[in-house]
Amino acid sequence: MLVSVNGPREVLPKHQANPYRAIVRYTYRMAAFSVTERKNPRPGRREMEISKVSGEALERAIFLERFPNTAIDVFVEVLDSNAGTRIACLTAAAVAVADAGIPMRDLVTGITVGRSDGHHLVDLNKHEEDADDAVDMAVAFLPNSKEVVLLQMDGEISSEDYSKLMQAAMENIEKVYALQTKALKDSVEQKRPDVVEGMEQYLNTPPADHSSDAHPKGEPVSLKEKDPFSFGESDYSEAEEENTDAEHEAFDAGKE
Amino acid sequence: MTQLDILTELQRNKVLESLGKGKRVSGRAFDEYRKIEVLTNVSENANGSARIRLGKTDVIAGTKFGIGEPYPDTPDEGSISVGAEMTPLASPLNEVGPPSPTEVELSRVVDRCIRESHCVDVSSLCLVPGEKVLSLFIDIYALNDDGNLLDASSMASLVALNQTRLPKVEDGKIMYGEYDGKMLALANQPLLITTIKASNTLLSDVDLGEEKAQFARFSFGSTEKGIITAFQKAGSGSFSAKELEQSIETGLKNAKSLRKTLKV
Repeated sequence: MLVSVNGPREVLPKHQANPYRAIVRYTYRMAAFSVTERKNPRPGRREMEISKVSGEALERAIFLERFPNTAIDVFVEVLDSNAGTRIACLTAAAVAVADAGIPMRDLVTGITVGRSDGHHLVDLNKHEEDADDAVDMAVAFLPNSKEVVLLQMDGEISSEDYSKLMQAAMENIEKVYALQTKALKDSVEQKRPDVVEGMEQYLNTPPADHSSDAHPKGEPVSLKEKDPFSFGESDYSEAEEENTDAEHEAFDAGKE
Repeated sequence: MTQLDILTELQRNKVLESLGKGKRVSGRAFDEYRKIEVLTNVSENANGSARIRLGKTDVIAGTKFGIGEPYPDTPDEGSISVGAEMTPLASPLNEVGPPSPTEVELSRVVDRCIRESHCVDVSSLCLVPGEKVLSLFIDIYALNDDGNLLDASSMASLVALNQTRLPKVEDGKIMYGEYDGKMLALANQPLLITTIKASNTLLSDVDLGEEKAQFARFSFGSTEKGIITAFQKAGSGSFSAKELEQSIETGLKNAKSLRKTLKV
């Protein structure tokens, strides 16, 4: 599959714009030849539903309130499929959004878990998914806080088995997350070899103690000076304080 | 912004303010459903039909049969399909035109809940293997939207399925208006239960104001034996694994009492 990200950019048609935050428009499509029997290239209901829930999953990861009245458009095209495409697309899309330099809370990391012929499996393929007793559960997390941002399942399952599958998903997303961060590092290395050294230095420096300092100076990072889209910490402190969005208050309360 | 958006924004603030004090605007308990009214056989032409009033939310569902060709990978199985329409008469926010993503999701989630429970024996709908099968259509119309269309639609579909008379089939044709005297057999009774998270509180059966204040939504389908048949999480927020387990636990209890109310 292939993912592209455009934005934050102007919202057209204009009435879709949200004056409080950016909107995410996620478009999941399958190529006609990507499945066994030719798929009608006209977008179907399945694609619409997947686009909706995947876009909402990404929204949780992006600092949307920093780009009011804009749209972040994500297009994914499945070119060849062997089960688990919605999760693969979402996982790739999160990397693409980060690679586009859009500020994020966390990546979105997805995995499919399920049951096939009595076995609990991770990352089911088409053959395994077609078993009579198949359970197919697509789940995506913010990998650092382990918040569930996408969850879909079909099949018959007891609540005990569900807990086991969820556990398996949580344990195994670490592997996917490692691949995502590696891809991002590789991408930076390729595009901006000059900043890699600064990044290494930044990542290896323990976080400074900002508790007594209202406007932390932080470590100088070469990225900040060269990239007009990166933001200093002080750029946000005001906006964060003014943020009365109850959703985020709720999130913060939950974290404490 | 339109006037309606401002109205929902005000509603949203009121809901969150109330939840912050540990109360719902309606005064209901967090896991309490609104009053449910069940009307059966509301359509003369449908094979089975039901209308559910969940507080002010009003949904009608009807079943019909058609003749179709089986899917190539299941030559001896009939098909089920669920359609849902959020009619413009249900809410000033609904528009005419092609189905919105919300509408598509509504029908697909109800569909998944019913289909994956295998409550309808699809092989009994086969007329000529590989050539002719009966297709069972469940069509849902939202007549008034005051929140929680998902649960109301699922209830209406389930009651309608329980009322469904099998059609009389002669020479591979449905004799419309005539029935063969048998009812559609259901192996189990799948029901969808939705929980919404707002202001860090898990709420059952939300009204429209609460729905607009939602952070995230989680629905699951289950049968009377407590087997889970479908999941759907939506909304731009998130759940913790613990909250999901809580939602399932509360939901299974609610599903039990709802089945009593629906008499299924």
